[in-house]
Amino acid sequence: MRSEAAWQLDLRPADDPETLIIALARRWRIDQDLPAADTLNDRLDVPVRHVRFDASALTDWDSGLLTFVSGISKRCADRGIAVDSSGLPPGAQRLLAMAAAVPEQKLAGRDKGPQGPFAQVGTATLEFFRGAPQMLGFLGEVTLSLLRLVSGRARFRARDLWLEIEEVGPRALPIVSVISFLVGLILAYLGADQLRLVGAQIFIADLVAIGMVREIAALMTGVIIAGRTGAAFAAQLGTMQVNEEIDAYQTLGISAIDFLVLPRMLALMLMVPLLTLYSAFIGMLAGLLVSLTIFDTGVFEYYTETLRALTFQQFGVGLSKGMVYGAIIAFAGCLRGMQCGRSAEAVGHAATSAVVTAMLLITIAASIMTIVYYQLGI
Amino acid sequence: MNGTPHIEVRDLTMAYGDFVVQRGLDFVVNKGDIFVVMGGNGCGKTTLMRALVGLQRPAAGSVLYSGKDFWNAAAETQRQLKRRLGILFQGGALWSSLTLAENVALPIAEYTGLPPARVNEIVDFKLALVGLAGFEDFYPSELSGGMKKRAGLARAMALDPDILVIDEPSSGLDPLTARRLDELIMELRDSLGTTIVVVTHELASILSIGNNSIYLDSESHTMIATGHPQDALKNGPPEVRRFLSRGATT
Ligand SMILES: Nc1ncnc2c1ncn2[C@@H]1O[C@H](COP(=O)(O)OP(=O)(O)O)[C@@H](O)[C@H]1O
Ligand SMILES: [Mg+2]
Repeated sequence: MRSEAAWQLDLRPADDPETLIIALARRWRIDQDLPAADTLNDRLDVPVRHVRFDASALTDWDSGLLTFVSGISKRCADRGIAVDSSGLPPGAQRLLAMAAAVPEQKLAGRDKGPQGPFAQVGTATLEFFRGAPQMLGFLGEVTLSLLRLVSGRARFRARDLWLEIEEVGPRALPIVSVISFLVGLILAYLGADQLRLVGAQIFIADLVAIGMVREIAALMTGVIIAGRTGAAFAAQLGTMQVNEEIDAYQTLGISAIDFLVLPRMLALMLMVPLLTLYSAFIGMLAGLLVSLTIFDTGVFEYYTETLRALTFQQFGVGLSKGMVYGAIIAFAGCLRGMQCGRSAEAVGHAATSAVVTAMLLITIAASIMTIVYYQLGI
Repeated sequence: MNGTPHIEVRDLTMAYGDFVVQRGLDFVVNKGDIFVVMGGNGCGKTTLMRALVGLQRPAAGSVLYSGKDFWNAAAETQRQLKRRLGILFQGGALWSSLTLAENVALPIAEYTGLPPARVNEIVDFKLALVGLAGFEDFYPSELSGGMKKRAGLARAMALDPDILVIDEPSSGLDPLTARRLDELIMELRDSLGTTIVVVTHELASILSIGNNSIYLDSESHTMIATGHPQDALKNGPPEVRRFLSRGATT
């Protein structure tokens, strides 16, 4: 154990039994396998009242020595033993004195350490219920901001709106295309199996058109944009929170909601419905493809059947859902971003939580709207 | 001990794309120097620091540690050289998901196989040296800017590096704490023989602790003075004398 390490530690009793001399010799450097101060615990006890160091044979040292000595000094202080460090090299004495200088006042009212499992469940529950009013508060602020926009008093930079529109719209097209196509395909196959039983293959067109336009296009687009853009919103605003950028807006009397949340909200409320339309179109294309290849339906037949099935109302249902989902995604993303803590970890947490919140709210909204539209007979 | 070249910088040019920050830097830092890097805002001090410590490849020229060319060395050699460096970043760069104690302990655990009890002793001592005893369990977000700076210094000193590179240590510190930090830096040099490269604007620090320096000029994009700061104050080019006397000289 002490082969490469040439440190040497000897404990010598002095002439009077109350004094212990700790002799440190040869090399004491941090990269060595030095002893921990704990090894001397049982020697620093009655009858010892004084500890002295002897470093006359010390050849080489760094904070390896210092940490050892400071550990000993701390233990001595706890036990009321006086320490005389005059036997140490002068530089070591000065550094030890610096380390022993009075530390500053601790912050008051700091969080306690880790909690037990029950306390954690309790805290999580409380936080959940505390979260609801916060969410409502944010909803209120956003609504006020939208009202300011309508009355022309909200301020944000048009460039931000355009940037977001570009980010949400054109850049999302590839992923929306792929997913809508595949979902359209799945829907058509699913229907094909059932409709073949009753010889009503042509109604695949109705199924795909109505399914995509009314429900699925908006839902799929919502899910994609929540993962893609909702998370990005939370990360952007969260990072701004970490850099105190949001505080800086506030001190200037600029509403961070108007300036940051509003453009994102508008961009999504505009672009998600448009993407929904696009997604429905791609889905119907996939349906056509399935119908052509497995049932030999004519393109024209499929086209007229689709037109017959679709009404403006259907589009209205789909578009309104797209707009609501867009608003939800922007809301959840910005809410989590604004609530973000001041660390890198908190930003990651905000992004995750934005997606989860958006998904949850989208599902709830989808159910409510489906039921309401059904009751209204739309 | 003093007087052996420790870091040699040869004809160093640093650039971001086409934008040359500084060119033709030539200087030597000797063992045991407190080497001050001076210059106005945005002249390239941080960029120079990044080139020295292996974070940003210079556009041209070389950085030699004890004669070894850092940027042309094998990865393993680079790692060994980095082990000898301690770095304090301008913003502290503490890891926000770790407590102060964990921040200081990480480099020790990464480079040595010391048992936890000793790692803790080292951590406690280093935090005490920078005046942060008792803050071991705090997260960086719970500290003031100046405290983060000092915790960053404790982390940089964790392994008793041969060379300590410090970017603006005293910005954000009150005068008394800044002075204590200067004393600590001098003590590290005197007692442990640490070589210190420090970027600073603090005139009191520059003139009291520095024994060698360079001045980077942002107009000509190169160094226009080198040597002992006191000499630069007396005999340097007019810009440098103005800088070192807060514009008081003509
Ligand atoms: N990542 C970067 N990309 C492009 N230019 C940069 C980057 N970082 C710094 N610069 C430019 O390089 C110059 C020097 O910057 P820096 O080294 O940070 O200056 P300082 O001397 O204040 O530390 C400045 O003009 C800055 O604008
Ligand atoms: Mg800088």
